[in-house]
Amino acid sequence: MSDYISHDHEHDGIDRRGFLQCMAWAGTGLLWTISGGVLASKTLAEIAKAGSLPAATDLSFLQISDSHIGFSKEANKDVTETFKIALDRINAMPTPPSFLIHTGDITQLSKPEEFDTFDEVLKSCRTKDVFFVPGEHDVLNDGGKLYRERYLKSVEAKGSGWYSFNKNGVHFIGLVNVLNLQAGGLGQLGDEQLEWIENDVKGLGSSTPIVVFGHIPLWAVYPQWGWGTSDSERALGYLKRFGAVTVLNGHIHQVLQKIEGNVTFHTAMSTAFPQPAPGTAPSPGPMKVPAEKLRSMLGLANVQYIQGKSSLAIVDSNLS
Amino acid sequence: MFTLIKTQKYSAIVFAISFLFLASFTLGQDEKEASATSPGHNQIVIKDFNFSPMVLTVKSGEKITWINRDEEPHTIVSVDKQFKKSTALDTDQEFTITAGAPGTYTYFCSVHPKMTGTIIVEKS
Repeated sequence: MSDYISHDHEHDGIDRRGFLQCMAWAGTGLLWTISGGVLASKTLAEIAKAGSLPAATDLSFLQISDSHIGFSKEANKDVTETFKIALDRINAMPTPPSFLIHTGDITQLSKPEEFDTFDEVLKSCRTKDVFFVPGEHDVLNDGGKLYRERYLKSVEAKGSGWYSFNKNGVHFIGLVNVLNLQAGGLGQLGDEQLEWIENDVKGLGSSTPIVVFGHIPLWAVYPQWGWGTSDSERALGYLKRFGAVTVLNGHIHQVLQKIEGNVTFHTAMSTAFPQPAPGTAPSPGPMKVPAEKLRSMLGLANVQYIQGKSSLAIVDSNLS
Repeated sequence: MFTLIKTQKYSAIVFAISFLFLASFTLGQDEKEASATSPGHNQIVIKDFNFSPMVLTVKSGEKITWINRDEEPHTIVSVDKQFKKSTALDTDQEFTITAGAPGTYTYFCSVHPKMTGTIIVEKS
C-alpha cells in the first residue's frame, strides 16, 4: 500500500485517496501512543521502518478487535491464522506496546473451546498486558458470565463488566454496550453503567486525557444496521469538560473516524473478516473479498499520545 | 392354540410398529415439504438480518420454525417473554415453537435488536 499523499487540503497529512484507502482496511493493528495528552497513531509498517517509536512518546498501546475465533465461512476460513499473523506483527515491533486492548468479539459463538483457542494463541504475544471489553458474539447464551470469569476478574469489573484504570496519566474506561439490548434498538450502556461513568470521572482534572473503549461504536455510524449506541450521548455528556477524549470501538470491521469537538471516535479493523461499508450491501454480514485481498482488509490499531498536539492523528495498519 | 395366540399377538405388534414407522415417516415428509415451500407454511427464514415474513399468522397449536440462512448467529427472543427464547442459531440451524393462546406475539434478535418480527396466533 502506498503512503503517497497526492492532495492535502487540510494540511493534516491525509488526502481523500488516503482516507478512502484507510476506509477500505478492516482487521488491522494500530499502535496508540500517548505523550502529554494527545493521542496519535502510526502504522506498524511505519514504526518498523523508523526503527522505534517517536521519541516524545510516553505511552503506546495497541488495539486489536473482532477475532471471531470459530468462524470458518467463505469470508475467511482460517481466522485463527490471521489472528496469529496480527500477533506476529506486534511481536516484530522494535519497541513493544505497553499493553493491548481487545475491543470485543473474541469468538464467533461464545463457545468455551473458541475462548480456549484464543487464549492459547494469545500466549505467543510478547506483550502480556491485555484489557478486554466484550462483543455481542462473546455473550450469546449466558449473558457474559463466562467472559467475565475469563477476562474481567483481574480488573475488578463492575456490573456486567465495566471498569477503568490509569496508565501514565491517562484515564482508560472500558464499557459494555452489548447486553440487555432492547427490541428495535441499538447498542446500550444502561442507567447503572451511565451512573458509574459519571462517578468514575468526577474526581479527574479536565486536562486528564480520557480513552473510552467498547465494542459497538459510541456514535451513530449507521443506525439502520444497528451500528450505534442508543444512550452514548449521555455518556459523552459526562466527558464534555475534558480536553482530549478518544473513543475506540470495533464491531464494524473497518476503519472509520469522526472528530466532534474534543472527542475523536475511531473504529478498528477486525483480524477475521471485513464487513461492507455502511449501506453498501443488503446486510452487514461478513464480506467476501478475493483471497489475495483479504489481509489488506484485516489489521490492528496503534495509539500514541503526544503532548502539545491539538488534534489526533490516526493511522491503522493492515496485515498484508 | 396357545402358539396361535402368540403368533397373532406377534403379528399385531409388528403391525403396530409398521404403522408407527409409517406415521412418523409421513410426519417427517410434511415437515420437509413445509421447509421447501417457505416462507408461508409456518416457517420464518432469517436472511440478510431480516425475519421473513416479518408478520406471520398461524393457528393455535401449529408449529413455527425459524431457520437461519445468514453467516451471523441470531436469536429469537419474545419481547414480553411470552415464549422460551432460542439459543444462538448458527448458519442453517433451526428453532421451533408451538403456537399457544390466540394473540399477538412480538419477538426480536437479542444479538441484532434491529431485527424484529410478529406472530399472530388465531383460534384453531
